[in-house]
Amino acid sequence: MNWFKYASPASFYPLAGKIAVGCAAVAVALTLAGLYLAFVVAPTDATQGEAYRIIFVHVPTAWMSMFIYLVMAFWSALALGFNTRLSAMMAQALAPTGALMAFLALWTGAFWGRPTWGTYWAWDARMTSTLILLFLYLGVIALRHSIADARRADRACAVLALVGAVNVPIIYFSVRWWNTLHQGASVSLTSAPRMAATMLAGMLVMSLAAWAYAIAVSLTRARAIMLEREAGASWIAALPEGAR
Amino acid sequence: MSAFLAMGGYAWYVWMSYGAVALVVAVEAVSVRARRRRALAAARAFGNRTTLPSPRFDPAGRTS
Repeated sequence: MNWFKYASPASFYPLAGKIAVGCAAVAVALTLAGLYLAFVVAPTDATQGEAYRIIFVHVPTAWMSMFIYLVMAFWSALALGFNTRLSAMMAQALAPTGALMAFLALWTGAFWGRPTWGTYWAWDARMTSTLILLFLYLGVIALRHSIADARRADRACAVLALVGAVNVPIIYFSVRWWNTLHQGASVSLTSAPRMAATMLAGMLVMSLAAWAYAIAVSLTRARAIMLEREAGASWIAALPEGAR
Repeated sequence: MSAFLAMGGYAWYVWMSYGAVALVVAVEAVSVRARRRRALAAARAFGNRTTLPSPRFDPAGRTS
């Protein structure tokens, strides 16, 4: 199988459509299962009561906000290094979803912080670096809209995305490097999770749902971008009816 | 049911969190699908055009 075949919008467009439909179905199924675990199976927390149930949306959106940025930076590096137009379109397609995930991580964090810490917001290291992540996403989107020539915008946005990538490890390690209000990691690869098994299961299922959702929505946006930027190209007219 | 909705006194915090996520996800999913449909219609209209528009814009409406 020649993977480079899918570096061209003509062959990637139909493939992306199939993957998006599959991931959307998986996202719906996992969200229903995750909500069942989150609200029916998982017990009430001994110290936080029902307020802790925000974890099932807070952690997945926070993870996705960081991970989408790294994927966007990866496509940006490919776009800069190989000058491939599809890589730049993928980076462009990821930015709005990443920005929304960062916003939701901050929003759900605020509504979790108020009942548990007594404040919606503090200039804590993790919160501040996540706010910077949101501004980086918004900066990439604004830069894109400020440059009329799409190929120049690709390069400028790729540089900004790559420079901003240094913020992601800062967010991740902020709870270790600084003495923060935000708690340390509850789940890590190096130690046993510090939470009940059903709570962990709900969180992981909701995280997988967030993955499937992010793939579906950003591939659909990537398809729209391919059509917008390549309007008039012969491959669009040549698409079979089922692949549109 | 009302006990479930009350969330042990944390209803405001829990439902504001889940409500925001549900709203954002719904709006993004619907708008991205609409964007793709618009883009497809525009790209096909572009492809179907047999004569290209005049390359020069003439505000006086003269034919060049």
